[in-house]
Amino acid sequence: MSRSDLPALTIADLQSLLRRKEVSPREVLDALCARIETLEPKIDAYLSIDFQAAAKEADKVDVDLPLGGVPIAIKDIINVKGQPCTCGSKILANYRSPYDATVIQKLRAAGAVPFGKTNMDEFAMGSSTENSSVKVTRNPWDMSRVPGGSSGGSAAAVAADAAFGGLGTDTGGSIRQPASLCGVVGVKPSYGRVSRFGLVAFASSLDQVGPLTKTVRDSALIMNAMAGHDPQDSTSLNEPVPDYTKNLGRDLKGMRLGLPKEYMIEGIDPEVKSAVDVALKQLQSLGAEIVDVSLPHTDYGIAVYYFLATAEASANLARFDGVRYGYRAKDPKDLLDHYGRTREEGFGAEVKRRIILGTYVLSSGYYDAYYVRAQKVRELIRQDFVKAFEKVDAIVSPTSPVPAFKLGERTADPLAMYLADIFTNTGNLAGICGISVPCGFAKVNGNQPRNDRGSRSLSELPIGLQVLGKALDEARIFQIAHAYEQSTDWHKQRPKV
Amino acid sequence: MAKASDLDVAYVSKLARLNLTDEETQLFQKQLADVLKYAEKLREVDVSHVEATAHAIPIFNVFREDEPRDWFTAQEALSNAPHIANQLFIVTKVVE
Repeated sequence: MSRSDLPALTIADLQSLLRRKEVSPREVLDALCARIETLEPKIDAYLSIDFQAAAKEADKVDVDLPLGGVPIAIKDIINVKGQPCTCGSKILANYRSPYDATVIQKLRAAGAVPFGKTNMDEFAMGSSTENSSVKVTRNPWDMSRVPGGSSGGSAAAVAADAAFGGLGTDTGGSIRQPASLCGVVGVKPSYGRVSRFGLVAFASSLDQVGPLTKTVRDSALIMNAMAGHDPQDSTSLNEPVPDYTKNLGRDLKGMRLGLPKEYMIEGIDPEVKSAVDVALKQLQSLGAEIVDVSLPHTDYGIAVYYFLATAEASANLARFDGVRYGYRAKDPKDLLDHYGRTREEGFGAEVKRRIILGTYVLSSGYYDAYYVRAQKVRELIRQDFVKAFEKVDAIVSPTSPVPAFKLGERTADPLAMYLADIFTNTGNLAGICGISVPCGFAKVNGNQPRNDRGSRSLSELPIGLQVLGKALDEARIFQIAHAYEQSTDWHKQRPKV
Repeated sequence: MAKASDLDVAYVSKLARLNLTDEETQLFQKQLADVLKYAEKLREVDVSHVEATAHAIPIFNVFREDEPRDWFTAQEALSNAPHIANQLFIVTKVVE
């Protein structure tokens, strides 16, 4: 195999080569470096790359470890010692992490090599990665379109073979939605399954770290290394971690999959709907039974999410005060001026908007009407899932109601952007696990005229199927997603970049 | 439930210690009024018998042994500070 073909490998295939000593970790890293240098000017998935530090690690790594010698891209909201951690924000432009997040410690212990930090919506607030203060990441399937977000950098890098796998974070869909829009696999673990220590907090009761990869098996491998209890995160669950690869390859006979009738909304793209319909038939042919279920409070999900997530964000982002780290405004005349201008100059528009909304819903006189009521409706949403999971083993739906939208299309209308998470954010509110797996393509008019007569080329945009499972039932959603994936060849399609 | 029109972005920005330009204030006033209007649907829900959920999983107080362990040196803790002197964070003057 030519060195330049290495970046197209899955993690599982790369490991076979590494363990047979057909390539060295250093050669893998160099091949990836060359690929990134070619593609980065087009896609802009990375915010920082440190090949020198990665090469030192690659030179001494044990390839027999579970992820031995596998380079992993890290969303720039997770602390990697000695590296920048900008969160896509001007306020952290010059920040360098003094420590490793627990997930990074665990990945290193498993032999993985973090080498670069990926672009994202500022503080993970957004669904298109356009809220990054640094740069615009493009969807490798159509450079005029968004990669989704907020983990758009990791999703775009994996889709373009500019990463073997990446970490993202998912607060309302920020792993699954970009995975869907970029045609890769993305997993949001159950709340508490993966440590949040060293993850810069957005909404602490919703945030989870998870993998973005080319295949379901690769995500299971990363979860094997990353999941588990962490004494440094009091919300991490002290439950045993199963081997997430153990159910891969098992069939779906007797598996009951719920189809929520509330998800068949207006505004769902017809090609997304038909791709998911075909995927459901495929799941049936694999032995699964499709069962109608009801999640009656689904329609309230976005409203609940935006009150709770912004409330928690307004408190979490109070730490950015220009005292201990981060940007500080020049020559403040007093302390209020120091705080007010530091935050004005350091934060971008969407972060400001959410701090204002979150502060408002927590403020005296509105706390009960907005915040407490939203918490109560959250409980009803959680109970919807508990009741549904009494009847079914997992729930299936589209991941996103639409394929990748155009850059700039939704930036002027925050509410339209918020609705991008309509099928994903109830999973965060309920604390359950979810995965997005490629399930087809939508054909849309491309950006470039195809020929001299001016007729337009067709772009193919990936569509994602979401599988939601009970809390801590990751092994089952991996089994379902893997069985589906292996019976199709969607995951083998790669964008022509 | 409060009305969307109650939101006063200029006042809330003071609570949040976040200065906004006049343009931002006006823009957010309109955009967040739209969001609040959308969220009025929460009023329809009967929540009279529901306990508020702060977390999706039941979390109780979590304790650990109070033991010394290695952590940042003073230098590491100060490594990202915008202004330091004599191993201290220098802050904007608080009292006259």
